[in-house]
Amino acid sequence: MSNDNIHSTHGPMSNRLVLTVWTWLLVLTAVEVFLAYVQVGLVLMLTLLMGFSIVKAALIIAYFMHLRFEKRSLVLTLMPAMIITISLMAVFFADSLRILDLGL
Amino acid sequence: MSDSSMKEARLQEWGGGTLPYSIPHIKLGMWLFIVSDALTFSGLLIAYAYLRVATPEWPTPFHLWPTIAMASLMTFVLLSSSLTMVLGVNAAQRDDRKWTVLWTLFTALGGIIFMILHGQEWAGLVHEGVTLTKNPWGTPLFGATFFGLTGLHMFHVFTGVVYLLVIAWGFSKKKFNSDHVEVCGLYWHFVDLVWMFVFPLVYLLSVKMD
Repeated sequence: MSNDNIHSTHGPMSNRLVLTVWTWLLVLTAVEVFLAYVQVGLVLMLTLLMGFSIVKAALIIAYFMHLRFEKRSLVLTLMPAMIITISLMAVFFADSLRILDLGL
Repeated sequence: MSDSSMKEARLQEWGGGTLPYSIPHIKLGMWLFIVSDALTFSGLLIAYAYLRVATPEWPTPFHLWPTIAMASLMTFVLLSSSLTMVLGVNAAQRDDRKWTVLWTLFTALGGIIFMILHGQEWAGLVHEGVTLTKNPWGTPLFGATFFGLTGLHMFHVFTGVVYLLVIAWGFSKKKFNSDHVEVCGLYWHFVDLVWMFVFPLVYLLSVKMD
């Protein structure tokens, strides 16, 4: 591409955007700690924690690690493979709930 | 390769100079490594979750004070070090040598503070009898998964700090350019990313309420 600059994007992120992302990360963390304090019950806790953690991960990957501003082909090369492989591992998780019932 | 020759290489599409995904090779290499490392941690985390659910009587020994408070502080320190890293990469991209080195050193400092706090926590647990192979409060799997997970993460923090210090030194000596700083940043953000999962799953799910 004839107008590629060093970083193939619009340039570095503004300080304001960086600070906004950082603030959201801190807010989500505070909510997670609050959930632990309030003791909402294991299943709800796990669901909410995983949900928040995935959002935090997405924020870090997209903004701090800059993937939001990279070529789509790079995102498609990295992310789907990683997500599918993690899902393959997670599929076995249902087993753990049954093992207790099997009395092993 | 200097910044300007890389720019030229990218422009000569038929001169054999195009870069994959329009990013420097070192950046693609680091991304591929990060995906593989993410899978390693995912395997460990899912194994931990599996074992925890399938094992009756899993201890929940972490008091809100001081353990959860300390772990929350560690999370804050790591998130802030990711912030300073982004600021460092920004500085490198505008050729601000002084601030690149400063922000990178601040990031390393965050990592060092994290390791000190974490080390103190480990010492406390070992003192109470929890180790990689033992656990006085129930199944030894608790100690194994806790130290296994946090140990592997800590190893990444340690290597990350070393990496940051080398980059800070090398950039100040003009041996490295902004791309090297950015790639180091990717590794550091990944370390932070893993902690985003370790912290809730290991600490917040094991809170002891009296």
